[in-house]
Amino acid sequence: MENLIGLLVAAPLLGAAVLLCGGRRLDRSGPWVGTLLAAVSFALAVALFADMLGRSGEERTLTTTVFSWVPVGGFRADVGFQLDQLSMTFVLLITGVGTLIHLYSVGYMEHDERRRRFFGYLNLFLAAMLLLVVAGNYLLLYVGWEGVGLASYLLIGFWQHKPSAATAAKKAFLVNRVGDMGLSIAIMLMFTTFGTFAFGPVLEGAGQAGEGKLTAVGLMLLLAACGKSAQVPLQSWLGDAMEGPTPVSALIHAATMVTAGVYLITRSGALFDAAPTAQTAVVTVGAVTLLFGAIVGCAKDDIKKALAGSTMSQIGYMILAAGLGPVGYVFAIMHLVTHGFFKAGLFLGAGSVMHGMNDEVDMRRYGGLRKYMPVTFVTFGLGYLAIIGFPGLSGFFSKDKIIEAAFAKGGTEGWILGGAALLGAGITAFYMTRVMLMTFFGERRWQPDADGNAPHPHESPKTMTVPMVILAFGSVFAGGLFAVNDTFLKWLEPVTGHAHGNPPVSALTVTAATMVVLVLGVALAWARYGRKPVPVTAPRGSWLTRAARRDLLQDDFNHIVLVRGGEHLTRSLVYVDHTLVDGVVNGTAASVGGLSGRMRRLQNGYARSYAVSMFGGAAVLIAATLLMRAV
Amino acid sequence: MNPVNYLYLAALLFTIGATGVLLRRNAIVVFMCVELMLNACNLAFVTFSRLHGNLDGQIIAFFTMVVAAAEVVIGLAIIVTIFRSRHSASVDDANLLKL
Amino acid sequence: MNTAATATSTGEAVQFWILGIVAVAGALATVLMKKSVHSALSLAGTMIVLAVFYLANGAYFLGIVQIVVYTGAIMMLFLFVVMLVGVTAADSLKETLKGQRWLAGLCALGFGILLIAGIGNASLKEFTGLGQANSGGNVEGLAALVFTKYVFAFEITGALLITAAVGAMVLTHRERTERAVTQRELAERRVRSGKQVPPLPAPGVYARHNAVDVPGLLPDGTPSELTVNPTLRARGQIRDVSGTALRELAALEQRAQEWREHGRSEDAKGAGK
Repeated sequence: MENLIGLLVAAPLLGAAVLLCGGRRLDRSGPWVGTLLAAVSFALAVALFADMLGRSGEERTLTTTVFSWVPVGGFRADVGFQLDQLSMTFVLLITGVGTLIHLYSVGYMEHDERRRRFFGYLNLFLAAMLLLVVAGNYLLLYVGWEGVGLASYLLIGFWQHKPSAATAAKKAFLVNRVGDMGLSIAIMLMFTTFGTFAFGPVLEGAGQAGEGKLTAVGLMLLLAACGKSAQVPLQSWLGDAMEGPTPVSALIHAATMVTAGVYLITRSGALFDAAPTAQTAVVTVGAVTLLFGAIVGCAKDDIKKALAGSTMSQIGYMILAAGLGPVGYVFAIMHLVTHGFFKAGLFLGAGSVMHGMNDEVDMRRYGGLRKYMPVTFVTFGLGYLAIIGFPGLSGFFSKDKIIEAAFAKGGTEGWILGGAALLGAGITAFYMTRVMLMTFFGERRWQPDADGNAPHPHESPKTMTVPMVILAFGSVFAGGLFAVNDTFLKWLEPVTGHAHGNPPVSALTVTAATMVVLVLGVALAWARYGRKPVPVTAPRGSWLTRAARRDLLQDDFNHIVLVRGGEHLTRSLVYVDHTLVDGVVNGTAASVGGLSGRMRRLQNGYARSYAVSMFGGAAVLIAATLLMRAV
Repeated sequence: MNPVNYLYLAALLFTIGATGVLLRRNAIVVFMCVELMLNACNLAFVTFSRLHGNLDGQIIAFFTMVVAAAEVVIGLAIIVTIFRSRHSASVDDANLLKL
Repeated sequence: MNTAATATSTGEAVQFWILGIVAVAGALATVLMKKSVHSALSLAGTMIVLAVFYLANGAYFLGIVQIVVYTGAIMMLFLFVVMLVGVTAADSLKETLKGQRWLAGLCALGFGILLIAGIGNASLKEFTGLGQANSGGNVEGLAALVFTKYVFAFEITGALLITAAVGAMVLTHRERTERAVTQRELAERRVRSGKQVPPLPAPGVYARHNAVDVPGLLPDGTPSELTVNPTLRARGQIRDVSGTALRELAALEQRAQEWREHGRSEDAKGAGK
């Protein structure tokens, strides 16, 4: 079975190679080739899953070394895979949702001339993401990590003819580089501390290493996670990344890639457990981001950007849970999987809406679409109920557990974290209801665009609706399936470990409180957007709304602190370079030149002048001789 | 009188010859001044021969004369050649060393 | 035989002081004379004086060689070349290099003072004299040394002389690389250029001036430089006689007139007698 792990990665990689190198003759069949190879990968994942279920809890981890990658002296880096329950969860999510989104893209990208390339990039992403989660050591994980970064860059900028898309791609790439730097530094620190990159020795040896070093490693890993998962302070790229095609937003910037940070922290759990300072940093980042994303999500009129804010916020929940230690790891991953389902479904729904509305993204120009797109409405609605945590649906189980675990942290910290998570749940209910109401309910507000083409809202083709329906099923039932008998907990426990947290108030109270804020959020949204008609042009809004529309001034902050600061630094360095460095260099050159100019006069070409110097030299020699004799 | 006076005379003649080399521009006169310097040396050699009472100094002076003869032949040939091509015997005009 | 003496004879001292002054004067004249011919002659004089000094110093062979080879051969070679090259602008004593005269003077002064100080410092109060060395004859003594101790240097000097002779020939000999231009071609070229078709006019060789450096006079009495050899023209050695010639001609006519009138009156007187 071990060999199948390699094939798992190889199938989409092959697809990427074939599609990107295959040329025009694959233009027609390309989308289906890509989808087929994604499906092959999913089939392999299912086979591996079945095989894994056949073994008992302790023996489920598969490790294999394919070849020795960098054997240099005492240094050794292998291409090796490790497939345990954690990886398996991700593999199933990635290949499953990935295949569905490939299928969806067949319909969505039908009219795009460069769709072969698009599917090539999607396959490349799948391969890199799978490599990331099945890698057996941090170095190989880093390869996958960079690979998804590349695929993300390529896909965000897929419509490169739009300057905004090209800029967004560059922005995503640059911000991700900051995080990647953190990961590479973390890997280097690991190597100096443990002498190896492999998961096993590093995580087992975590207890023996000094706490200072582990804290450094943990903070660097957190930086990496912040970059990839769009957490504060490296979150600014995610909103702009919505410039990419919607399936990309669904697959990469909602369901899979952005969760890589959660995977990284969960995978390195043993390191964080031994470094409480780093863990505190993780929960802080998670709590701040979950509120940050939620607030941004409330203010955005662009449906995809509102969902992007929501993604940020939900990943904040996961990071928060992962930062709580063994109490939260399982719930982080559980929320990750359910989120993968419902957020992918929501994005696909948004894409379906855009598809029917001439690519309009402004929710103020939607309204009343439920009549025109029934399937989209139902699937989107189920996803909506799942994300706000409607009892019985996926989000309810996973999010509730995280809030509980946050309270279980204990002390003031527990209250703050729990309160933040609870508040976040309320805001989530508010902004998701807002999206729902503005899109599917109320008056129709769409108008002809500049060219006079009025949108004709219509239901999307089967290739698009089928994945949405499947994902909607996942949104509804996944949480329940996982929560019943603690199935998911038992499944993942051998890898991540689990400690049961004791919240200061009973679990039932937490659930009740969650329900209360949920209802409050929905009611508030209804009062503002359901009862009153939605204005087509956005009102000025409060200062908080205006700030949230500008991503809570994140870009302004970056511009002032980083760009301006960098410019000033550069300018002063240029000044120093021009005056000091160049001054020294030019001064030396000028003085040598001036000296040479004066020396040149001696070389006048007249033999008699030279003879004078010879004669003078002879006189000096005689003088020297006489002096030596005299002494 | 002590024969050392011949040495003073030789030094004086040598210095005069050297000054002439530095001051005159006509290559032929310069060359004559060089000959004067050689002769001053010869006088010194001959005087030393007498002072030390052996003939080695005279031998050296003899060789100097032979070499001077050869040098004059070649030197004058060069001057004639230069004059032919440049129509000048001035040492300052042959300043090709100058860039 | 005494091996060391401190003074020479008075006769030699007198000879030294007289001829020494002549030698220095000759050397200075060599440097300072404007015309190279004069320089060469001054140098020849100095060399003859040196020959006498060689003889006085017991170097009989060298003294003769000095006269025969140096003064007789080398200096005459110099004179030949001076004649060949002629007088050029280089003969001007005006210094063209800035500061050259000062520097040269300074160096010469320092050099001379140091050299003389060096000689004065050396302990040369006593001298051996060549009585013993020359006992078998000066030429024989030199020959013995040249063919024994210095035979190798002597041979090499021979090779040097051969090389010098060949070198001088190579340097001065000009190979004709093209056919010589014939008289006919020269004449044709002259006609074609049309500048000076007939032969150049002859210099002003008159009854009183038969020198080639006097330009011929044109009909209006002005001198024509064309008539003088270009070499003389280049040297600026044209003797301009236009003014004097005209004046003299006028005076001659005047005198002839006077003589005619006077003679006529005398004749008239005589006739009247």
